Amino acid sequence: MPLHIIACVKQVPDPEAPASAFRVDEAAKKVVAAAGVTPVISQFDALAVEAALRIKDAAGDAKITVISLGPETARDVVKHSLAMGADEGVLLTDSAFDGDSYTTALALSKAIEKIGDYNLVLCGRQATDWDAGVVGYGIAEMLGIPSVSLAKSVTVQGDKVVVERVLMEGYDTIEAPLPALVTVSNELGEPRYPKLQQIMMAARKQVTIWGAGDLGLDASKVGAGAVRLNLERLFQPVSEVECEIVEGETPDEIATKLAQRLREQKII
Amino acid sequence: MANGILVAAEVSGGAVASITLEVLGAARRLADQMGKPAQAALVGSGVEGLAKELIAHGADQVFVVDEPALAKYSCDGFVAAMEKVNAAASPDAILMGQSDMGRDLGPRLAFRLGSVSAMDCLNVTGEGGKVIAERPCYGGNARATYSFNTSPAVISIRSKAQEPVARDDSRQGQVTKVDAGIDASAIRDKLVGHQEVAEEGIRLEDADVIVAGGRGIGSAEGFSVLEELARALGGAVGATRAACDNGWRPVSEQIGLTGKIVGPTLYFAVGISGASQHMAGCTGAKNIVAINKDPEAIVFKSSRFGIVDDYKKVLPALVEACRKLKA
Ligand SMILES: Cc1cc2nc3c(=O)[nH]c(=O)nc-3n(C[C@@H](O)[C@H](O)[C@H](O)COP(=O)(O)OP(=O)(O)OC[C@H]3O[C@@H](n4cnc5c(N)ncnc54)[C@H](O)[C@@H]3O)c2cc1C
Ligand SMILES: Cc1cc2nc3c(=O)[nH]c(=O)nc-3n(C[C@H](O)[C@H](O)[C@H](O)COP(=O)(O)OP(=O)(O)OC[C@H]3O[C@@H](n4cnc5c(N)ncnc54)[C@H](O)[C@@H]3O)c2cc1C
Repeated sequence: MPLHIIACVKQVPDPEAPASAFRVDEAAKKVVAAAGVTPVISQFDALAVEAALRIKDAAGDAKITVISLGPETARDVVKHSLAMGADEGVLLTDSAFDGDSYTTALALSKAIEKIGDYNLVLCGRQATDWDAGVVGYGIAEMLGIPSVSLAKSVTVQGDKVVVERVLMEGYDTIEAPLPALVTVSNELGEPRYPKLQQIMMAARKQVTIWGAGDLGLDASKVGAGAVRLNLERLFQPVSEVECEIVEGETPDEIATKLAQRLREQKII
Repeated sequence: MANGILVAAEVSGGAVASITLEVLGAARRLADQMGKPAQAALVGSGVEGLAKELIAHGADQVFVVDEPALAKYSCDGFVAAMEKVNAAASPDAILMGQSDMGRDLGPRLAFRLGSVSAMDCLNVTGEGGKVIAERPCYGGNARATYSFNTSPAVISIRSKAQEPVARDDSRQGQVTKVDAGIDASAIRDKLVGHQEVAEEGIRLEDADVIVAGGRGIGSAEGFSVLEELARALGGAVGATRAACDNGWRPVSEQIGLTGKIVGPTLYFAVGISGASQHMAGCTGAKNIVAINKDPEAIVFKSSRFGIVDDYKKVLPALVEACRKLKA
């Protein structure tokens, strides 16, 4: 049997959108979707798909399934992954899933069990909206499989996965028996960009849709009713600093003034 | 009944890691607000002697798990050890640093304990007996505060966000040994290699002055004047992701959300636009000086001083001016 890799991909507001377009509705505790800014696949999740494709390229054969949990629009990130080269796509969509990382991880782990026969699960290091960096661990814990985080490279060697894990200074090499879960970091490199022909092929592919019932989950025991982490407040931090622009006729004058100001303030 | 605020201590190079001292500071303040003891878990091999360090820095109780299988960090080994400590200490909250260890240990431990984690927090308080954690999200564009419906609340703290408490060697504390019985063969994530990337000169995390450059520097050669300024002020050079992606600087110099978190007294942002994901790495800087030719650049909003000009013109002059001042 060829390897079966499952990648979890989330749809997020474009993190590269101009900061001026970013707005929070404090009463609703929500980020207001900026007009004209298209949501995208979370950067690290595109890298999870990329890591899966590199393993497939090296092995000659492998099956890659992608799963996204989110609203109907999240179908776009499933399609994007299919266009990158993934084989099958699943979308988990149900208002019962509106909850915290516990529900997200639970629903994803149930979907992975339902898909079955997997060898490796790949996630991003963190979703670029909430930046939590927790869901992968929840999936691994619920599936009872080992987890290795922050990969800059992922290879499969026989019945184990070998990961170079990024550290503050350098990296560790870690091995774990399959099936395992690995989270991927930006040091992996660039994700491949789908070609037009692949986009057209992906457009024709069916995306499987599952709700709470399909996963055997009781809608009252997940989501809002099962929240472990309460979002109390969401706000935009305001910077209290007043910027003093240092001006002058010549670069020398400006530089000397700045150095003096820094000295006066005992900063240097 | 929950009994305290537990810190998962980290040992680095045979000593208590500096981030652990910051986390102990946060735990001490939280414990005092909640009228509970500050506890620490010291997990490793040959680490027992460090318990007194943790006490001197604010811990009332230290739980030591000292076993050969824990000589190096592994997710399986440390989660299992912390599970045992949690049973012995039954804390309200478990705090740790957002470090190589903490970011991996925290979430998995939280799920193991049937609870939840809030990672990379800037602050944690105990309001009316309730633990509240504050963390940046949306790449630093927003902040969220959370309370916890389950316990223990697992919280990781960003480096440079909290102050340690002053060392006091006369502090008294209790040391309890916990036998976790970790069997090396049961650890599935096995460390088989390690590659250190040696940094030259001053470590960014320790530097008091950082001269950081971005895409606006334009080339690897362009950074030489930033290096000169850093040298003149006894500081280190940092970079944005854009500069690293271009290959102008090594990734080990990247500052930001997915790079290093720094907290110097003085931070020069040169040719840097001020994207939230970059600024997330230097919110701990006491003073930011922005040098950017675009007066509208968002970086000026978080800077104390600004120069609107081409860095190629002003930076050489600034190197000279600083050398004169220092002379
Ligand atoms: C209506 C609504 C209500 C919410 N209420 C709360 C709340 O009360 N408390 C709270 O803490 N949060 C709440 N959230 C946000 C919450 O669901 C977060 O998305 C969750 O905590 C996971 O964190 P994260 O998205 O940062 O993922 P991370 O943990 O950062 O994600 C890591 C990796 O896991 C995978 N992954 C994560 N999410 C998905 C996904 N949806 N589909 C596929 N793969 C995924 C990806 O590979 C990702 O890179 C709410 C969200 C919604 C839409
Ligand atoms: C999930 C995620 C994580 C990220 N993590 C990080 C991270 O950890 N660290 C990080 O840095 N970025 C990170 N980024 C990228 C970040 O969003 C920005 O893209 C990046 O910081 C921009 O770098 P920059 O300021 O160097 O470049 P730009 O935004 O291109 O800014 C260049 C600036 O230089 C100025 N300039 C040009 N020429 C000159 C001159 N001659 N003299 C003076 N000024 C000049 C311009 O006016 C401009 O303001 C992340 C992004 C995402 C989505």
